[in-house]
Amino acid sequence: MTATSPLIDVERLTMRFGGLVAIDDVSFSAQPREITAIIGPNGAGKTTVFNCITGFYKPTVGRLTLRGDREYLLERMLGHEIGQQARVARTFQNIRLFPGMTVLENLLVAQHNKLMRASGMSVFGMLGLKRYQRAEAAAIEMARAWLERIGLVADADREAGELPYGAQRRLEIARAMCTEPRLLCLDEPAAGLNPRESAALNQLLVSIRDREGIGVLLIEHDMSVVMRISDHVVVLDYGRKIAEGPPADVRRDPAVIRAYLGTSEGSHDG
Amino acid sequence: MAYFSQQLINAITLGAVYGLIAIGYTMVYGIIGMINFAHGEIFMIGAFISLIGFIICGLLGIGSAPVAILLVLLVAMAFTAVYGWAIERVAYRPLRGSFRLAPLISAIGMSVTLQNYVQLTQGARPKPGGQIVSGGYNLFSADGFDVRVTWLQIIIVVVTIVLMASFTWVIARTQLGRQQRACEQDMKMAALLGVNVDRTISLTFVVGAALAAVAGMLFLMYYGVIDFFIGFLAGIKAFTAAVLGGIGSMPGAMLGGLLIGLIEVFWAGYFSSEYKDVAVFGILVLVLIFRPSGLLGKPEIEKV
Amino acid sequence: MGPRLPMLLKDAALTAFVAAALGLFIVGFRTVDVGSTKGLAFDYQFVDLAVAVVAIFVGRLGLSFAADGQRWPALVLGTVLGVIGASPVRLPSSFLHWFVGLAGLLIIARTLWPSAEQAIDQAKRFPQGRRFGVAGVRWLAWILLAAAVILPVTPLGDQKTMDLGVLILTYVMLGWGLNIVVGLAGLLDLGYVAFYAVGAYSYALLSTQWGLGFWAVLPLAGAFAATFGLVLGFPVLRLRGDYLAIVTLGFGEIIRLVLINWVDLTNGPAGIGSIPGPTLFGAVFAEKAPPGGVTFAQMMGVPFSGTQRLVFLYYIILGLALITNLFALRLRRLPVGRAWEALREDETACRALGINPTNTKLTAFAIGAMFAGFAGSFFAAKQRFVSPESFVFIESAIILSIVVLGGMGSQIGVVLAAVLLIGLPEWFRDLGTYRMLAFGLAMVLIMVFRPRGLIAHREPSVRLHARAGGGGG
Repeated sequence: MTATSPLIDVERLTMRFGGLVAIDDVSFSAQPREITAIIGPNGAGKTTVFNCITGFYKPTVGRLTLRGDREYLLERMLGHEIGQQARVARTFQNIRLFPGMTVLENLLVAQHNKLMRASGMSVFGMLGLKRYQRAEAAAIEMARAWLERIGLVADADREAGELPYGAQRRLEIARAMCTEPRLLCLDEPAAGLNPRESAALNQLLVSIRDREGIGVLLIEHDMSVVMRISDHVVVLDYGRKIAEGPPADVRRDPAVIRAYLGTSEGSHDG
Repeated sequence: MAYFSQQLINAITLGAVYGLIAIGYTMVYGIIGMINFAHGEIFMIGAFISLIGFIICGLLGIGSAPVAILLVLLVAMAFTAVYGWAIERVAYRPLRGSFRLAPLISAIGMSVTLQNYVQLTQGARPKPGGQIVSGGYNLFSADGFDVRVTWLQIIIVVVTIVLMASFTWVIARTQLGRQQRACEQDMKMAALLGVNVDRTISLTFVVGAALAAVAGMLFLMYYGVIDFFIGFLAGIKAFTAAVLGGIGSMPGAMLGGLLIGLIEVFWAGYFSSEYKDVAVFGILVLVLIFRPSGLLGKPEIEKV
Repeated sequence: MGPRLPMLLKDAALTAFVAAALGLFIVGFRTVDVGSTKGLAFDYQFVDLAVAVVAIFVGRLGLSFAADGQRWPALVLGTVLGVIGASPVRLPSSFLHWFVGLAGLLIIARTLWPSAEQAIDQAKRFPQGRRFGVAGVRWLAWILLAAAVILPVTPLGDQKTMDLGVLILTYVMLGWGLNIVVGLAGLLDLGYVAFYAVGAYSYALLSTQWGLGFWAVLPLAGAFAATFGLVLGFPVLRLRGDYLAIVTLGFGEIIRLVLINWVDLTNGPAGIGSIPGPTLFGAVFAEKAPPGGVTFAQMMGVPFSGTQRLVFLYYIILGLALITNLFALRLRRLPVGRAWEALREDETACRALGINPTNTKLTAFAIGAMFAGFAGSFFAAKQRFVSPESFVFIESAIILSIVVLGGMGSQIGVVLAAVLLIGLPEWFRDLGTYRMLAFGLAMVLIMVFRPRGLIAHREPSVRLHARAGGGGG
């Protein structure tokens, strides 16, 4: 299974905020064509790992290597370069769409860098050249394809902020996918969804893994989701990695059970 | 040396006034995260109420300077505080939860309104305030230059220190201070725990306005002349002081005020008085670019 | 009315009490100079104050009734105030007539508003109504444009109207330029007038020192202003919104102070005079041609008239403003324009999508500055005189309030707001002294009651489906 080299290597990642150690020496890898879930109790540092990978925080210590057309050292890149060059896309725990813009516009903004090049930094676009018009038509086509997959074609011209919650979640994933990422990081995508929406989401994630063939990193609380769709699970607790492996192994791991249920004395030994 | 000492004394006096205004900016920013652009105008109104108060004292025949100053101080603080309260109530409170630039635009509108309101009611010409306290004390002479500290300068510094000390006590020890700090940390949580958030915010504006009124009175006594436009420059300088010290931090505001006073006075004294305001604005820009959290402020960690 | 009446009365009394406290010193005691030695004396204004306080009491009561759904008492109070305001009953000042009368109108409007709002809401819910609204705005735009184009040749186009037209169009252009920065990109720029100044001084200096003509300097002035925008913007555009506002304000003031103090270059507070006006194919608009030149009247073979120059200026600024508008409309539909709007909505999300926030903001800042530069050099050519006094903070505030009142991001809204804020006060000259007061209040009231401005509708930059039923086009 690990014949190819991993998509991303997180090595000895440590993040301190003043005296607080949010992540302490965490290492793991994620493979392409796999869904890797990061789980752990509240405050375990899951979102902080995401923020380091996507450049919102600069890690105190550690190496983050992403393999694409070349090796990218994410810890040395600026926030927007990670999306633009290394092609890591993410969603947010508390959905961050562009609420005043339409659904379609949200998906076009995601294709900004490609379209900017096609519009010759706006010059060709201002002149109304064919080259830009073709690129824009292609971008709209891609957006339509994603809207079909998430079932929002009819809502394309509505403001994103008007959509129901579940649709906003799906739209945010589609928007991230429109950047054509190598690695997709999803921060609790199933939070607040009803069982039916949750099932549809699982299907979407599996189809992204299988059809686009990219790696997916997933922060999730809902263990049933994790067990059903993830290929690999990393368990964090108090900023440390306490277990890693296939879902079936992880759920039997005593350290994981202890972290989630607490020991009989009610104290952590980590 | 003598020239330097004299400049230092002048700078500390000016810095005290800026510091008092800066506290208003810093408190409001700390609690609701907005720049109260109209705060400079509150200061200006405080100066005008003081001016009118001093004239009334003259008409009533109150001859003793300390009594007159104390009376005017209290009246100016009380009536300027009403302005602080009313502005928050009318222009800012309805905007809580509106889009993020709304309160700032509203504040700019308020600032324009107040300036023109005073211009219309009091006229555009500069108003001489007369000399309420004169005389001073020669510290020493050197190089044929008398280093002099006026009684007025002493009053300004003493009043400022007393107010600062009592104010720090209020924030640290009283119920109001605790509620205010609670609102600063987390407004929703504070409300859930029974803190009256609206009242706390109102009180913040009231206290800030009262301190600005003191600054206005001291400014009037020190410079002897005011007009409807003094709030603009003084406001921006005090805001710069608040940012320099670290916006949200009370000691920072005082320290920032002092530094801005020093920069302004020494720039004017040693380089050119034409460009002293440019120097202050330059400092503002540099601080915001290189150390946006200021000297004593805590850096913000972005939550995503 | 019933049991709520005492509560409403108490509330109105409290409001009146606060108003009295606010006005007691500042309004009640008007300080006046009495000779140079005696200092100040008072001109007591207590009657004015009392009238205002009573009006505020009645006004507040009326508004409370309206908010409470008690229409008839509200309408009665509103009418009483309105009638007193409009009647020849002698109130102490004309301001009080306005004050009382407008308070009455406000109450009446507030009372009738709920039903109007309901009707508008109802209309919006039907696709026809919505389409009518969108099409209406479009028609309004075309009508305004046609009116602007033919205005000079109609009998209305006298000297006064043309002057006003040039003034309004200048602000429309500035508003459209600032709309790119504030409305689209969401960057609150309080120093916009600095770029206007750069443009104005560029033309003033290049024409008086080097003898360059208006049309040669125009692009240069835009380029200078844009360069200024880039240089100033680069360090500060990383700042959070409200900090950015203060820093741009600081920059605006620095530029003004430099203009005042760098006397060798700018001639300081005295300003630069005898700036040549724009020419048409080399023809000047003057009674006598300069040596070797030709006047417009000679070229066309018509008698000289003072309004020719004015009409020419009018068409120049109309053209410049329309270019600004087309440019902005076009940019909005390009990736860069969508990125601006996305940045306004959520900068963090933009970064996660790989959009470089600094560069994107910088383009908006520089393009906005460029149009201010164009407008500035037009201003210098029109006035034939520039001085630092024309570039004070309040100008930035006026332009900003035009953008905000219009509805941030709305192009037609800017036009309506400019006519309202610049045109009306000029027409009603006696309102002149109260103009800035009205500006300030308008900014506050718009934010409180209509934070999205006059035209709040946002047209998507691109559609997947054609608009339902065609129609709107």
